[in-house]
Amino acid sequence: MNYKVMCRFFSMVCLAETVFLLPPIGISIFDGTHASTLGFAITVAISALLCIFFKLLSNNATGTLYAKEGFVCVSASWILISLVGCLPFVISGEIPHFVDALFEIVSGFTTTGASILSDVESLSRAALYWRSFSHWVGGMGVLVFLLAIAPGEKRSSGFTMHLFRAESPGPEVGKLVPKMRQTALFLYVIYIVLTILNFIFLSFGDMDAFEAFCTALGTAGTGGFGVKNDSIASYSPYIQYVTTVFMLLFGVNFSCYYLLLLKQVKAVLRDEELRLYVGIVVSSILVITLHTFFTAHMYSTFEETFRHAAFQVASVISTTGYSTTNFDMWPSVSKGILMLLMFTGACAGSTCGGIKCGRILLLFKSLRRNIHQLVHPQQVQVIRVNGNAMGEKVVANTNAYLSAYMIILLVSFILVSFDGFSLMTNFSAVLSCFNNIGPGFEAVGPMENFGGFGVLSKIVLIFDMLAGRLEIFPMLLTFSRSVWKRN
Amino acid sequence: MKILIAGCGEVGETLAYELSLEGYDLTLMDSDPHVLETGFERFDVMSLQGNCASVKSLLRAGVKKCNLLIACTGSDELNLLSCLTARSLNPKLHTIARIRDPEYMEQVYSMRESFGISMTFNPERDAATEIERLIKYPGFLSRETFMGGRAEVAELRIDGESPLCGVPLSSLDSILKCRVLVCAVLRDGIAVIPDGKFVLEAGDRIFVTASTDNLSVMLKSLGIVTKKARRIVIAGGGMMSYYLAKNLKNSEVMIIERDIDRCRELSELLPRVTVVNGTVRNHSFLESEGVTKADALVSLTELDELNVITSLFASRHKIPMIITKIGKPENAGFIENLSLGSVISPGRFSCNAIVRYVRAMRNRGGAASAIHSIADGQAEAMEFLVDPDTLYCDTPLKQVRLKKNVRLACIARGNEVIVPNGDSYFSEGDSVIVAVKDGVEILDLNDIFA
Repeated sequence: MNYKVMCRFFSMVCLAETVFLLPPIGISIFDGTHASTLGFAITVAISALLCIFFKLLSNNATGTLYAKEGFVCVSASWILISLVGCLPFVISGEIPHFVDALFEIVSGFTTTGASILSDVESLSRAALYWRSFSHWVGGMGVLVFLLAIAPGEKRSSGFTMHLFRAESPGPEVGKLVPKMRQTALFLYVIYIVLTILNFIFLSFGDMDAFEAFCTALGTAGTGGFGVKNDSIASYSPYIQYVTTVFMLLFGVNFSCYYLLLLKQVKAVLRDEELRLYVGIVVSSILVITLHTFFTAHMYSTFEETFRHAAFQVASVISTTGYSTTNFDMWPSVSKGILMLLMFTGACAGSTCGGIKCGRILLLFKSLRRNIHQLVHPQQVQVIRVNGNAMGEKVVANTNAYLSAYMIILLVSFILVSFDGFSLMTNFSAVLSCFNNIGPGFEAVGPMENFGGFGVLSKIVLIFDMLAGRLEIFPMLLTFSRSVWKRN
Repeated sequence: MKILIAGCGEVGETLAYELSLEGYDLTLMDSDPHVLETGFERFDVMSLQGNCASVKSLLRAGVKKCNLLIACTGSDELNLLSCLTARSLNPKLHTIARIRDPEYMEQVYSMRESFGISMTFNPERDAATEIERLIKYPGFLSRETFMGGRAEVAELRIDGESPLCGVPLSSLDSILKCRVLVCAVLRDGIAVIPDGKFVLEAGDRIFVTASTDNLSVMLKSLGIVTKKARRIVIAGGGMMSYYLAKNLKNSEVMIIERDIDRCRELSELLPRVTVVNGTVRNHSFLESEGVTKADALVSLTELDELNVITSLFASRHKIPMIITKIGKPENAGFIENLSLGSVISPGRFSCNAIVRYVRAMRNRGGAASAIHSIADGQAEAMEFLVDPDTLYCDTPLKQVRLKKNVRLACIARGNEVIVPNGDSYFSEGDSVIVAVKDGVEILDLNDIFA
């Protein structure tokens, strides 16, 4: 392990976080909320000191980040930014317990949106902003951000691919353009433009600028921290529709937008993953709307039923986690569909969590091939996605991903069960954290929170959120012995 | 600028490395996904698996928006076809093809237009020409010519007995009895661009700029006696050995090759050369063939390891001139302390030419007219023409501040070659040689000024 190069990287991460922490100080000074001013100011100082500390450690670092260091660097950076990022809540006393604050900010950076707070509206605006901003920067990735702006060493620039791969969601991570830095820059530009569009549309509704801004940040990162206790429920239907559309948009693979910019509309329309995503969304909305409307009689009009169904489907499949209604009261078929959507997630290469449509596509195709090969053992068959043959390594990795996914899900489920909640609560809490969604069912439903869990459960859920955001392997690798062995 | 490199072998990788350092948008293409993956992980490039001569793959690689295609696969025919196809898809495309087969070389040159090829290169032949120069003018580890052959950058190793040991660079002229300038020093594998206070030590490899005439004066002052090489032994009978043997017309050349069929072929192609069938691994065989009495030994087998062993064998038997081929330039770093004589990497010379071509494409005006990478690739010597836009014309150099790790090594004015001191100056129409350490980006002569 090349610790010095890693330290150089950590110092850059701390520098970025120091800069990110400056706007909340401005907000809290403007609002006159002294406790949070103090909290953010002390955290900025700590973050800056850490930056200098790592800089000194990395003095005359040589060499490059190889795959191993890349993976460890990514997961360690995420733990580092979370540890520093939770300090403002603790110091200002808004979330006095360290584990609670850590849970809250990990939930922010991993774009989960699961909160331990029962009264969000009592937080200062600086804290609200920081929670929402953590979604935004966590959605596209802190390291991708660094890749986009940090001056890299030319000689080793190829190796930054390892960082990009470890942080970006999806079974196969590619570049848009030959240069890593430009790829990262393009992604961020698309991201920023979409966020601004979202903000403009929200400002036309019944939201003030601050609420619109925070909601746009939360939607962009497919996070789900709201500024109101009832999430988006008390806003006008217009806001709810806008948010529905943007949640779905942020669930689309960003390279599709890049292709659209290149006017390759056909390639986008033919994208198998996008088709699957749209298919799942449309059919889920249809079934839930019809089923809920005709069996449950919860809402007075068909439009209202459709609006809530569409919103919840978009929110869950894009792993955002906003809500406009207590879907825990829905009939069980509708709840079942939502639960399935929690597994799938949206497209690879977007800001969402979950298994992702692209992987599900691959898994089904590989399953079909395996069944086929039972009948024709000698047949050689290549799995194709969008007409391109997928490497066997990608297929094997995807299968391994699913195994790891199931194992972590089940082990976490058992560990969380010790707190004595109902089966459904425990399972949906783990599922929701692991897939970076936010709300679950019953005691962790859309109108409830995660505050009731014990310390152990919270730590398990924190691990799940990080593992889910980083696509499991970087986290598992960091804790595996083979990485820390000398050779 | 967008560049497509077809073929990710040794040459392709060297090119990808050099060109990615210059900041171009590179796409690598190869039919083998495994070599492609290695290249993709090492360099900041895009990669694309496919046949570089098929329209479909070329279109997928975005050939229509590319500026340059470099076809350097192992097969000449494929390279030609790739250039031809790509050119018909994008008529504005520049194409560079690697052509190794001597039978094709000439006809391709005359049919350049119809093949749509802007430049061809042949790493083996370029390296052979370089080796020939080393053999014909011995005394230096390597020589790079500039300014139409009037000035050179020559490489010397300072050993313990050298009169230059412990001498500061400022008093070099009085010892050598001629005006030279040390533009780079390689010490313990790290290149330094030295100043006047720099003191030379045993084990340094120095790169000296001087006019070609002064180089022989310098050798005489250093007491290096050079004898013309008569009997030359070439280990390995590859393409490079063929070109070299063909060029060395006035010497007795012996080629040792393991494969009997290749021996017959060589003997047919080169009637005046002694071709011996045997392996250089067998040292008693070498002794029996009289290799130990040769004036020069050139190790050109396919394996770097074997070349190193063969050259060490030659140095044990005190063969005066040894030349060793090292395919992977990275390996050159840590075998530096072995007595292998001149170490050459065949890809380097062609690579320099291509980098030069690419720079000229990007910047028609102030581009370097010659570029040679020196000091194990850690520094570059570049030749520029001073044009009306150049700053500090006719200003004495002591008043001009240059960037760190940059040195003005030579000025050519008319027929005169000036090795500059503080009072020298350059004017419009002169050519200058600049030595630059890797990492300083110089695209235009004006980039050297601080």
